[in-house]
Amino acid sequence: MKAVCWMGKKKMEVRRVSDPTILNPRDCIVRVTATAICGSDLHLYNGYIPTLEKGDILGHEFMGEVIETGPEVKKLKVGDRVVVPFTISCGGCIHCARTQWSCCDNTNPNAALLEAVAGHGGAALYGYTGLYGGYAGGQAEYVRVPFADVGPIKIESDLPDDKLLFLSDIFPTGYMAAENCDIVPGRGVVAVWGCGPVGQFAIRSALLLGAAKVIAIDNVPERLRMAEAGGAVAINHDEVDDVQDALRAHTGGRGPDAAIDAVGMEAHGSVYDQVKQTLKLENDRAYALRQAMRAVRKGGVLSIPGVYSGFVDKVPMGAVFAKAVTIKQGQTHMQRYLRPLLKLIEDGKIDPSFVITHRVPLGHAPQAYAMFCDKKDGCIKVVLDPAM
Amino acid sequence: MPSPSPARSTRGKTRPETPAVTSVSARKHVAPSRRVVRGDRGVKVSRSVTVRRPADELYAFWRDLRNLPRIVKHALNIERVSDIASHWSASAPFGDHRVEWDAVIINDEPGKLIAWRSREGAEIPNAGTVRFDPAPGDEGTEVAVTLEYNPPAGKLGAWLAKLSGEEPAQQVAEALRRFKALMEAGEIPTTEGQPSGRAETTKNKRK
Ligand SMILES: NC(=O)c1ccc[n+]([C@@H]2O[C@H](COP(=O)([O-])OP(=O)(O)OC[C@H]3O[C@@H](n4cnc5c(N)ncnc54)[C@H](O)[C@@H]3O)[C@@H](O)[C@H]2O)c1
Ligand SMILES: [Zn+2]
Ligand SMILES: [Zn+2]
Repeated sequence: MKAVCWMGKKKMEVRRVSDPTILNPRDCIVRVTATAICGSDLHLYNGYIPTLEKGDILGHEFMGEVIETGPEVKKLKVGDRVVVPFTISCGGCIHCARTQWSCCDNTNPNAALLEAVAGHGGAALYGYTGLYGGYAGGQAEYVRVPFADVGPIKIESDLPDDKLLFLSDIFPTGYMAAENCDIVPGRGVVAVWGCGPVGQFAIRSALLLGAAKVIAIDNVPERLRMAEAGGAVAINHDEVDDVQDALRAHTGGRGPDAAIDAVGMEAHGSVYDQVKQTLKLENDRAYALRQAMRAVRKGGVLSIPGVYSGFVDKVPMGAVFAKAVTIKQGQTHMQRYLRPLLKLIEDGKIDPSFVITHRVPLGHAPQAYAMFCDKKDGCIKVVLDPAM
Repeated sequence: MPSPSPARSTRGKTRPETPAVTSVSARKHVAPSRRVVRGDRGVKVSRSVTVRRPADELYAFWRDLRNLPRIVKHALNIERVSDIASHWSASAPFGDHRVEWDAVIINDEPGKLIAWRSREGAEIPNAGTVRFDPAPGDEGTEVAVTLEYNPPAGKLGAWLAKLSGEEPAQQVAEALRRFKALMEAGEIPTTEGQPSGRAETTKNKRK
């Protein structure tokens, strides 16, 4: 089959590889009908997350048709149309029982690696380095899906792939980021750093959850326009002297009740961080995170869907402490959101396809990665089609 | 000082045929499970894990020692000899040397604890204990494993030290991780055999 392989920093290749097979009794094989490139893939593309190997197949946003099931798969059948969440969860451990799906104990064969780094290992993810289990990803014609009865959501309606695909990651991710803000309907003001796909879904989710106002921060004009179209007030951080002042002006001096960092480890803005990251003295550039920590109001919430992988310098812990800020973060607990969010889509409350700017054949993935990374041609979200 | 001999153990339900242990003599303050191994040379590792299954079920898995090779990564074979006796063998990676020993269960409290040790004359005297305690709040079972062995001198000892010397606890942790996955998820996670862009040839092709 064809698969999108990481062959080195900023070097993607579409290669012919073996077709996946059932390796464990609870596996199924999915023929991919649509897949996408995520902002998280850019951290891999740019070489910021260790334990990626040349030849690894990337991709964790995908959907398709079940074409084979292992002997212990009880619910899914061959022919079922499914969206697959990017976290792989077993359904039997204490974290799965508590719906902390992304903390699953039993799906990461390399849990010891993460344990050494973080104290404990989390759930495996598709196509996301050895640290996260080393599973082959879904930017391919076929993909092996472990624990088939726990992850994939079966689609009964005939909604098109475009409306469903983002249940695999960015819609639940934006939604959980907004839910973590503890929005008081009609009153909560939420500021969102980053108007990439995750930020876009966080903005719309915050409004669906009743936020009185959502303020979106970025410096990419078309992304800010999309945020405005979704109902946010936009701040271009290149056009204001000080983001915190601008936020004060929008909130009667209070600061936002909740701040969402939908940027993560590759924020632009600080030469200090860029140099340190390049010299490997710091894993992450936390410019947006620091800004969010200072801007959020007293007693507010800081919600972090943006990915951080290692050490961060100069975190204003004093500000977070002095203001009694609550921090919520982590990989999305995907399985918690699949059904409720599918219902929102079916009920017409949201059409996730708004975020798509490009549809290209799977074979054009290398160019698509470059375009998405460099934000060329107004690119916000790329869908790859294996059949094209 | 409690007796090392299972025959005199008050808790043990079993009475192994060979009560004597390699060295039980001089060391003080040593728990019963330690004594198989000559004190100053022994290697001892302990790890624990919480498994969201009832203690009885977990105990049953361990009580049939033949299950253990399923959770141990390196090649290990265990044959049942009697209800309490078993024959273990593992291959060393030089010549065609196989390390073999007979083991016997010296303490057995259903649902709570199993302890075993090698019979006298084993090339690598060793012993192990696994205990099962309820986790707080009825959220599964805390499983604690202690292994100890007396590394021999020479080539075999060097190999063993290399095999386990760096991180013996890591190996026990890995076995417990696999055990937990098997009990909670019904399978051990793996990616072995999946496709990648490293293999130049297409071994497996659909249609
Ligand atoms: N927690 C999860 O489970 C999860 C899931 C998916 C994605 N993510 C992460 O969410 C983050 C965003 O993902 P995405 O797909 O939207 O990526 P993206 O790269 O398309 O978007 C990031 C946006 O942040 C903007 N930005 C950069 N620096 C900024 C700054 N200082 N202030 C304001 N905006 C700034 C960029 O211009 C860009 O529009 C990434 O870190 C990604 O890894 C996390
Ligand atoms: Zn993602
Ligand atoms: Zn789990």
